[in-house]
Amino acid sequence: MSGFTLTPVETKPLSFTLPMVGAAGAFAGLFVGTAHGSGLMGIVIGAIALMALSLIALRVLGLGMEKTTRMGMIVLFIVVGWLVAGLPGLVLGALSGWFFSWFIFWIGEGRYRANLAPYLTSGQVLWHYTFRVICGTIFVFLITPILVVMPLSFNAQDFFTFTPEMLRFDPAGYSLKHYEDFFTSTGWQQALRNSLAIAPMATVLSVGFGTLAAIGLSQPHVPFRRAIMAILISPMIVPLIISAAGMYFFYSRVGLQGTYMGVVLAHAALGIPFVIITVTATLVGFDRSLTRAAANMGADPLTTFFRVQMPLILPGVISGGLFAFITSFDEVVVVLFVGSANQQTLPWRMFTGLREQISPTILAVATILVVISICLLTTLEYLRRRSERLRGLSPG
Amino acid sequence: MSDTTHTGPVLAADGTPLKRSLRRALRAQKLRALALIAPLLLFVLLTFIAPIADMLFRSVENQITGKTLPMTVEELRDWDGTGTPDERVYRALFFDLFFAAEGKEHTKLGSRLNYEESGISSMFRTTGRDVDDMGKVYQKAFKKLNPAFDEGAFWYEMMSGGQGAEGNTKLLSNQIGRLEMLETTTFKGEIGFVPGAEIYKILPNTTRAYTAFAAFTFFMKNDVVAEEDPWEAVYPALALDLAEPATVAALADYQGPGAQELRDAAAQIDTLPPVDMKAAFAESNKDWLRTEYWQVIKAYSPPYTTGYFLNAIDMEKTPNGIALRSEDERIYGILFKRTMFMSMVITFSCIALGYPIAWIMANLPARSANLLMILVLLPFWTSLLVRTSAWKIMLQQQGVINDVLVWLGLVADESRLVMINNQFGTIVAMTHILLPFMILPMYSVMQTIPQTYLRAAKSLGANNWTAFWRVYFPQSVPGIGAGSILVFILAIGYYITPEIVGGTTGTFISNRIAYHISSSLNWGLGAALGSILLAVVMVLYYAYDKIVGIDNVKLG
Repeated sequence: MSGFTLTPVETKPLSFTLPMVGAAGAFAGLFVGTAHGSGLMGIVIGAIALMALSLIALRVLGLGMEKTTRMGMIVLFIVVGWLVAGLPGLVLGALSGWFFSWFIFWIGEGRYRANLAPYLTSGQVLWHYTFRVICGTIFVFLITPILVVMPLSFNAQDFFTFTPEMLRFDPAGYSLKHYEDFFTSTGWQQALRNSLAIAPMATVLSVGFGTLAAIGLSQPHVPFRRAIMAILISPMIVPLIISAAGMYFFYSRVGLQGTYMGVVLAHAALGIPFVIITVTATLVGFDRSLTRAAANMGADPLTTFFRVQMPLILPGVISGGLFAFITSFDEVVVVLFVGSANQQTLPWRMFTGLREQISPTILAVATILVVISICLLTTLEYLRRRSERLRGLSPG
Repeated sequence: MSDTTHTGPVLAADGTPLKRSLRRALRAQKLRALALIAPLLLFVLLTFIAPIADMLFRSVENQITGKTLPMTVEELRDWDGTGTPDERVYRALFFDLFFAAEGKEHTKLGSRLNYEESGISSMFRTTGRDVDDMGKVYQKAFKKLNPAFDEGAFWYEMMSGGQGAEGNTKLLSNQIGRLEMLETTTFKGEIGFVPGAEIYKILPNTTRAYTAFAAFTFFMKNDVVAEEDPWEAVYPALALDLAEPATVAALADYQGPGAQELRDAAAQIDTLPPVDMKAAFAESNKDWLRTEYWQVIKAYSPPYTTGYFLNAIDMEKTPNGIALRSEDERIYGILFKRTMFMSMVITFSCIALGYPIAWIMANLPARSANLLMILVLLPFWTSLLVRTSAWKIMLQQQGVINDVLVWLGLVADESRLVMINNQFGTIVAMTHILLPFMILPMYSVMQTIPQTYLRAAKSLGANNWTAFWRVYFPQSVPGIGAGSILVFILAIGYYITPEIVGGTTGTFISNRIAYHISSSLNWGLGAALGSILLAVVMVLYYAYDKIVGIDNVKLG
């Protein structure tokens, strides 16, 4: 909540509050009802219960007791939820209790208008919140699949789905055995080692070549700049299966197919566009007079590069490197074709595992990978801010 | 100098005209820039562009027929394509196939031609086993005439023309070259045999067959030529040569080793079985008399072919020219259309889902927008396989969504929704995976549209919708365009996700390419399909470069 209100808040009449809250209750009741056999009963009970609750909260107890009322409501929902559906019901009850106790006051006291311009019609206000709900749904769509993987990786069973024990929060339903499997299985460990051997090497290659080229490309006069750029970015655009097929043909001609070096070269080629894009983007904001100033004070080009230019574009270089790393670390298609069994990487093993559906160890690996990507993302976000600070832009 | 009026060209400090001096400086600058770019450009050309070029080349390359059956291809050139070829072709085929079968290369050609007409593969395989026996008939007959014909040393002596005879090195290098071509390697070294020049003139077929044997023995088996008995193919060759009246005449004056034995054999040529390779092949496999098989061999004998591309667009070569395949054999047209259609659906879903997100992020205060941005970037940064496996877990019949629906009572337990291994699964999963690629360009465009425009429109009397549709939306179109092309390009070439959640109806053209390269081993067809896909992507890439500019790609 922001510190000020655009529109003064006023208590709404019951003729508005009760139907609104009732409708919400009916909606929630529908789901509870269908789960227990009768949707209609759910709707009626839900609507009546919530209307009664809001009447008590807003009119009988009043605003002065808001905190107490909300606590009471949460407890009430928890108890009801527990009675109806056990432990999962308790959790759901707590959540819905928290939500509805907030919702009743939010509607009843007209707080929903506080942050909106006073001249908006009620239709516009309704649309404003509908739009928010739509956006929220899309964000749920974006995030849920990633979140679902995590609890499932602690499954005690070899299933790809939630077991009844897990839903009852029974400790017996959870275990670390898939993680244990990952850390003890020689196959997975070999795959991890391969991934860790290939990705850094590919990253070093693409960052080394890529940074040099990006500096070259950002010079004021580069002949055929557009064409060169198009060629250097093409590994990102050409479908992976085509790159993989071509590399398979060509690398077997020159004896690189099935070798560590072959996979490294292929992954380095795939990572280059990311390095080029991030580093050139950083260089756009680079003040060229700084290098001239350094030269003016007697620094040779190498010193200028390492002491003046490099520190300033370093965030871009590092984030390009992170992109290149994750590209290689996540890459499946090319390594499937260019590599042999000796270069089996983590994604490769995951892919074959998924296709043949062998073990939920995949989920443990997936969770570990999600954690790694969160770390990388945090680093990247930090670097971006640092870079903007260095370039004198406001940290946005 | 400061006071005098200078009329000549402006000079730089070192006295050269300024124009030239500037040009030189500019050239140095350009060269420095190119020198910085050169290593990477070279790297990309070698590791990435060369493989793509190789794939394009493979889609038209067809050297296998000429490599495996060089003489047959030569003889077939005169065949008019009706009936069956004449005996000469079958004779050439015998020697070619014998040689190829020794190196076990004939089955490759068989399976190659089998892509065009099924049945050819087994024809090559069975006859490849029989060619030894075809030669053995003559080997036995010659042995009966004179046991000397069964001895390796005798043959070596006869074929090399004896000590100090003039050798035919051209024939030798020809045959070594053929072996190199067949085995796609290079051979070096003295094989310890040179065919005699004189004997080659008298017995051309025999000497050629023996030289081929000698090269094969030395390079492929690492044996000493002089100590080995020749292979069966030389006997029919000898029978062919001796049946020629010219040979008999030439033999009369021949003085080299084995001359007497050859003259005796020529005198008794009638006791040998006549050489009829056509009959022999027909006996081995009667398919060798089928006109359509020979038409295929002839059609695919040039070193380059459009055949793979024709296949890739559901067409085929027929005796009456190029025609569409019959209805039930057309699969690639459907697959291309499906790939296009599904990519379009995915692109539109991405627009529909991405637009509100980009809008709300562009219109919220920076702090909340950043928080939401992390929610967008997290899936973007998560491994593709993690997201795909997540969707597999969510969508399968015992999966999370079905479980929730059943628990809520919206779906009966026995009629769980089928949401995976079909188009729906692919579209949902890929929309999720590609959504960040839509949101990021949209967001960066929307950030630049001032909010005041909307308020101005409203204050001029526009309602919400008009203000959005007439003022905001047109300005956000570049973002939609950039995102759409990017998503479409990425979607059209996707492989992993359709492979895992697509089943049979939700797969893309990429899956077919992968199948041809790793399972059916029809590399040419895989390459042709890939080339078509690449062409589509390149057109879109060009459009993207023109509309958005390739340097404007944003990565979060």
